[in-house]
Amino acid sequence: MTFASLLAVDWPWASWPWWADTSVKMVFAIVAVLIPAGGTVYLYLFKMVSFMQSRLGPMEAGPYGSMQLLAELGKNVQKEDIFPEKADRWVFALAPYVVLMSTFLLAVVVPFGPQAQFTNLDTGVYFALAVSSVSVVGILMAGWASASKYSLLGGLRAAGQLIAYELPLILAVVGVVIQAGTLNLQEIVAAQNQQEIFGWGGIGNPFILTQGLGFLIFMIAVQAELTQGPFDMPVAESELVSGYMTEYSGFRFLMFFIGEFATANIFAFLGSVLFLGGWALPPFVTDLLGIEWDSPWMNVIGPGVMFTKMLLITFVIYWVRFTYPRFREDQLQKFAWKVLIPLSLVNIAITGALKVAF
Amino acid sequence: MSDFLREYIIVALFGALAFGLVATFIGLASLIRPSRPTPAKVENYESGVDPVGSSWSQSQIRYYIFALLFVMFDVEAVFIFPWATRLEDLGLFGLVEMVIFIFILVLGLAYAWRKGVLRWV
Repeated sequence: MTFASLLAVDWPWASWPWWADTSVKMVFAIVAVLIPAGGTVYLYLFKMVSFMQSRLGPMEAGPYGSMQLLAELGKNVQKEDIFPEKADRWVFALAPYVVLMSTFLLAVVVPFGPQAQFTNLDTGVYFALAVSSVSVVGILMAGWASASKYSLLGGLRAAGQLIAYELPLILAVVGVVIQAGTLNLQEIVAAQNQQEIFGWGGIGNPFILTQGLGFLIFMIAVQAELTQGPFDMPVAESELVSGYMTEYSGFRFLMFFIGEFATANIFAFLGSVLFLGGWALPPFVTDLLGIEWDSPWMNVIGPGVMFTKMLLITFVIYWVRFTYPRFREDQLQKFAWKVLIPLSLVNIAITGALKVAF
Repeated sequence: MSDFLREYIIVALFGALAFGLVATFIGLASLIRPSRPTPAKVENYESGVDPVGSSWSQSQIRYYIFALLFVMFDVEAVFIFPWATRLEDLGLFGLVEMVIFIFILVLGLAYAWRKGVLRWV
């Protein structure tokens, strides 16, 4: 029995009916959104940041504080669900739904393997950028409906910030689209795997190499879109308590919290698809293993590759978050409009010129 | 049913999934959590003192002009994406066209900059 014949397996899902396929996808969606969110919150937000600040972080719940998330869950389940008396009750109640819906819709397009994908939209990148801004609506709803001055200010600031950084995010991705010549995320992965750098295709052509500026702008814009520090003006705790989340308690607050950190992971997934080569292994590795770059085995390996890249990108997000002091509101707007947007337009022009020239 | 339609049905299902997930979580919590509102508890939070005036306080929306600029550039993005996808076929002609288009937009941004509306005053 040769190695190659060992790899040739009849994958059971090839013959599944559509409804079964979709049901499994829904279960995996919950896993793909909630597990990385919990993992990175414990690993980075609780532990890594604690070590960076010379403290231990949670140590009591479970070995090394690893059960802290469950403790937090238990705490929030028991908390009273307070509606402020003046609040617009319907809008107040619906805001967390909108925020988490934005997260799940963003996760729809992320590919984890040649067949391991939720859906394969031809306009994948565009769709992702479009639904990522749905969360602004939820945040504005929360800020307005809370009928609190802190919430209102936080919501308005969040809207202003998300509007300003939406543009660099979109324009930075255009460079990738020019290079790949497609909006489909699977085809972007394929393009990165099969293009060559000056005739050498050993690691393919992850677009971070050619779109370094684009990646930088993308990461800064993602940081701002997530309202993570240094762009955390909308939730600045020293002046706005907790911004648009001030009046929320219990599970509704937890939904905003999950939405924020799950979105961070999904953006990291998107970043690794767009710039780091996605789920594909570098061609020289697949050559060594003796499998095709899109062999069905990549459905098993691919999620692991994506998870590794996601951990790298989220590490940078949290690292920056706890390293830099907060931007002032006017500096924040100035940075987006006077630095990032002109830079990303220049990036598009240069990328387009090089694409036509070669 | 076409594959195209099925892909968007999954998108809709994911939206419903998120909605259902939140509803389930909050519903489950409602079985456990207490509900004893007191007048002090349901007051708006204003750092512990009694709330003053209307909560929907009038605040200056400084970025309405940013919102206008945003619409401009967002529409631009709608034009740029199809162009970026097909640039290989369009070649030099497409590139020059888009550079002219972006140049006009940058002129608009430069005008706004010069007028001082990009300052957060």
